[in-house]
Amino acid sequence: MSVTSLGMPAVRPVHGQGNLHAQVAFPKAAKKELQNEQMRANIRHATHTIRHKRAGVVGEVPDWSELRDAGSAIKETVMAHLPELLEQFEQNVVAQGGVVHWARDADEANAIVTRLVQEQDTTDVIKVKSMATQEIGLDEHLAEHGITATETDLAELIVQLGRDKPSHILVPAIHKNREEIREIFSREMPGVTDELTSEPRVLAEAARQHLREKFLTSKVAISGANFGIADTGTLSVVESEGNGRMCLTLPETLITVMGIEKLLPTYQDLEVFFQLLPRSSTGERMNPYTSLWTGVTPGDGPKNFHVVLLDNGRSAVLSDPKGRSALHCIRCSACLNVCPVYEHAGGHSYGSTYPGPIGAILSPQLTGITSEKNASLPYASSLCGACYQVCPVKINIPDILVHLRDEDIRTQHGQRVDQSAPAPASQDPAVGGQDDWREEKSLTQDEGRGGQDTSPREGSLQQLGSRARRAGRRVREAVPSRGLPTQMDAMMKGASFVMSSGQRMAMAERGLPLGRVVAGRDHAIGWLPGVVGGWTDERNVPEPPRESFRNWWKKHEGETAERLERDGVSGAEDPVSADDAAARHSAATGGSPADGPGDDEPGAGPDAVAGAASESTGDPERDNIERGEGRQQNGGRA
Amino acid sequence: MSADAKTQILERLHGALADHPQAPEVPRGYRHTSELSREEIVDMLEDRLVDYKANVFRETTQTVADRIATQLGASARYVIPEGLDTALLPEETAARRAIVDPNDGRKASALTVRDLNRVDAVVTSSTVSCAQTGTIFLSGRPDEGRRAITLVPDHHICIVPLDTVVELIPEAMSRVEPTAPTTMISGPSATSDIELERVEGVHGPRTLDVILLG
Repeated sequence: MSVTSLGMPAVRPVHGQGNLHAQVAFPKAAKKELQNEQMRANIRHATHTIRHKRAGVVGEVPDWSELRDAGSAIKETVMAHLPELLEQFEQNVVAQGGVVHWARDADEANAIVTRLVQEQDTTDVIKVKSMATQEIGLDEHLAEHGITATETDLAELIVQLGRDKPSHILVPAIHKNREEIREIFSREMPGVTDELTSEPRVLAEAARQHLREKFLTSKVAISGANFGIADTGTLSVVESEGNGRMCLTLPETLITVMGIEKLLPTYQDLEVFFQLLPRSSTGERMNPYTSLWTGVTPGDGPKNFHVVLLDNGRSAVLSDPKGRSALHCIRCSACLNVCPVYEHAGGHSYGSTYPGPIGAILSPQLTGITSEKNASLPYASSLCGACYQVCPVKINIPDILVHLRDEDIRTQHGQRVDQSAPAPASQDPAVGGQDDWREEKSLTQDEGRGGQDTSPREGSLQQLGSRARRAGRRVREAVPSRGLPTQMDAMMKGASFVMSSGQRMAMAERGLPLGRVVAGRDHAIGWLPGVVGGWTDERNVPEPPRESFRNWWKKHEGETAERLERDGVSGAEDPVSADDAAARHSAATGGSPADGPGDDEPGAGPDAVAGAASESTGDPERDNIERGEGRQQNGGRA
Repeated sequence: MSADAKTQILERLHGALADHPQAPEVPRGYRHTSELSREEIVDMLEDRLVDYKANVFRETTQTVADRIATQLGASARYVIPEGLDTALLPEETAARRAIVDPNDGRKASALTVRDLNRVDAVVTSSTVSCAQTGTIFLSGRPDEGRRAITLVPDHHICIVPLDTVVELIPEAMSRVEPTAPTTMISGPSATSDIELERVEGVHGPRTLDVILLG
């Protein structure tokens, strides 16, 4: 952990560690998860239910877009002033009797918490559901030091007892149904009898009884925080079951681990986030319980309060102006519930603590895009933009995904010298990546052309799972080693050469009939060679037309004018004349509106790919969506 | 070590912000003041609380004691914070009596968590209530008590004076002392962790009775 101080502001960003690295890259993990029918059914049910509840309660808030604007601006302010706000927060916590610790990474945070627990002379702690402690692997670290951490949130308890991993930010056991939960409880909970049924009410009661004694006797509790308030030193936890209140109120010692990005500048800002978070998250007007506390209140609640401020890669995210808004996330999980890729692939496919669209931009930034396994995450999206539409703080997830894809390609090409400290096991991403993706390819080849042979639902599913996989794979195949031109590069260069000249394009178009011969009687091309073969792995290419549009237009361009003349329409100002002018202009310059992209930037291969993707999520389209939502809200108000 | 970590994190953050991003002006065009009548606001609060499966009663200073008696039942040991107006409470009987908590866990007369786990109910007042979200704010004032007394007992009877009801979250938040230990309550504890089926009553009080007083 060395920092070179040259009197310059540029400190090398240091990436995070812990449960942020996927063990298996997304494409491969998703392939496995897609085969889990039960999990998919559970996730489909859950995400659709929450999605509709959210839409209902958001629709009844007439000033939702104003709240989002405020939330977004507040978070932007936090990022711009993060160092000052953290110091202000620390001062206020200390003034109210709390102790503030700073942790550069997961190891340091774990060591601090372990020491604080040991100082209280106990080997048992209770925990409130917390993403930050899961990110740093705190429970496992405590276990290594002989400390048992009991998760008290029902879903986290189910996951813990089942020795499982959470799959959703808000409902971590979303992948388990009631029967599976009953089975886990009867196996792992002491004192549970055969009478335990799979009724949610009965299962919740079993959890209440199981945890009651722990709440009443535990000396130390560990929590995360939803918000930390700089101008008062106040912390807040938002929850439903009362396990949070128990942990925050009854033990003598409370230790809170908070990511440094969770700050808000003022107490007043809570009035925005207490409206945005519950409606976006659980689809409720308000969650049952929200706790706010500031340091220590003598005679009420814990006697000792510690807060651990966690960096673990957040400063690295902050260092990228185009990607830093990923830190605005308030962990509502609305983006998971609307994401078609998440719905099918499930939370486990993302590997990291942070799944779904937000995970796809947050995890690779926290670990660095050079982390090979996480480098595939930005491709785990169809860029449909639904995540951006529902985000309560307006994080432009599609834009950041495209930006990260670009970063990935640049890293792979060695064009971008990575300024950051290398993440573990990613010294040579290009080499490491190759093996991985080659393995992946053999898997996809087994699949054959399943995308076409299966039912429509399965077909769309296969496509979803494989689209991200193929996009990533193709890109990777195209970049086998740093700096050398590749198949993809050569193709892009070639396309650029042809498409930037009308004459060259016309020459190329003469080859169209050849494609028709290849297509044969079924009028489809089922196999293409090399890197473009990824396309025909899952679908056919329709046979090319008999002639190009340009040729067709040359023959027919006069007809429109003739027809209009017949109809008695004429005059210099009419649209026909404008069209004619355009056509004449094209003919003169050797190009035509139908010629496709006239990309004249040489060697713009990956950029062009990213650029095209970027256009597909262009602002006008999203604005339309947003306006649509606005109308829905107004309608819902009545 | 800790000071080092702090220095280094701040150094990293300053480095990360080398492009000096400008903080935008925060647009606060969202609603700050209700345009509804008092009756509409109180109706809205009742509607939202009932939606959360809380029991809601409208009482006056004359009827509140009877209501509390009914909700407690004939036999009940219940906790009240030291500052609660006892004129609101039913008469003590042999089977129904109030236990006063001194609002300070350090005092000898304070109820322990074991004591609190054995009582039948708790009766408190509240700071402010937000109709839009059906949320009652407790902020540790003398008639609300410390946090543990409204948490451990299984039945919470909460008095909401009508003049403390507002429509919007910003209106409610402005009435709370920021550094007070605050609990925002929107219905009884609940979980939707099993197949998203809502179950009321997990670790917090499983019964929430709200008395709208005025």
